[in-house]
Amino acid sequence: MLILFLIAALVAVVATALVITRVNAVHALLYFIVSLLAMALIFFLLGAPFVAALEVIVYAGAIMVLFVFVVMMLNLGPHAVEQERRWLSPTAWAGPALLALILLIEVGYVLWNAQGVNMPNAAIPPVQVSLTLFGPYLLAVELASMLLLAGLVGAYHLGRRRLHWEAEEEDA
Amino acid sequence: MNHIPMEAGLLLAGVLFALGLVGVLVRRNIVFILLSIEIMLNAAGLAFITAGARWQQADGQVMFLFILTMAAAEVAVGLALVLSLHHRGKTLDIDAASRMRG
Repeated sequence: MLILFLIAALVAVVATALVITRVNAVHALLYFIVSLLAMALIFFLLGAPFVAALEVIVYAGAIMVLFVFVVMMLNLGPHAVEQERRWLSPTAWAGPALLALILLIEVGYVLWNAQGVNMPNAAIPPVQVSLTLFGPYLLAVELASMLLLAGLVGAYHLGRRRLHWEAEEEDA
Repeated sequence: MNHIPMEAGLLLAGVLFALGLVGVLVRRNIVFILLSIEIMLNAAGLAFITAGARWQQADGQVMFLFILTMAAAEVAVGLALVLSLHHRGKTLDIDAASRMRG
């Protein structure tokens, strides 16, 4: 099982190194999603299946989609279609697809040998995580909800279009 | 050798954090800076998970949930700032925002 961890770690490091060296934002996002999937596999191998699922659903599923939305919004215009075609050329998605294929093979190996493979680290079940989260950490959960509310209000305030008279007032 | 040693997990977390830090320092595009901050937060979460697996406690995973929450809030505000900057200056260069007034 250590070899699975090492392969996933290598994929994560390579994908992350490619993220910070890409020129194109969409290519960097593709590699970052692969890096997050590798991290999810590492979490699973470390005995944290609940967090591994959340990594895929929340990080790769929600936060990255937010990034993709913004990157696409920044490039609206007559050149958008042609640019999108250029972004998603086969050479662009071949790299992330190859790295993701390695991870898929690893997941397939783990699932196929589900009986024979004993997990390297004993898994901490979601029940225990939930009991800890809503037991000793209850105050922190409330603080996190306040943080999310502040983020919501802040994003709405920054993202709304300025009204006409407000813009005139600020420019004056 | 069946057990994943704690040192390996912490080493991976350190490498990923360093990569994110390099990204923040080197890149001037604000979208890439936000991505690098996400990389660093993720590496910190990996360190928590590794420690939680080492001592078989659920606290590490709970802390990762809080990091996840903070990352979501940070991304929402950060991307709103990106849109605002792009709307105002037609650029994503972080240096263009170095002379803000008020």
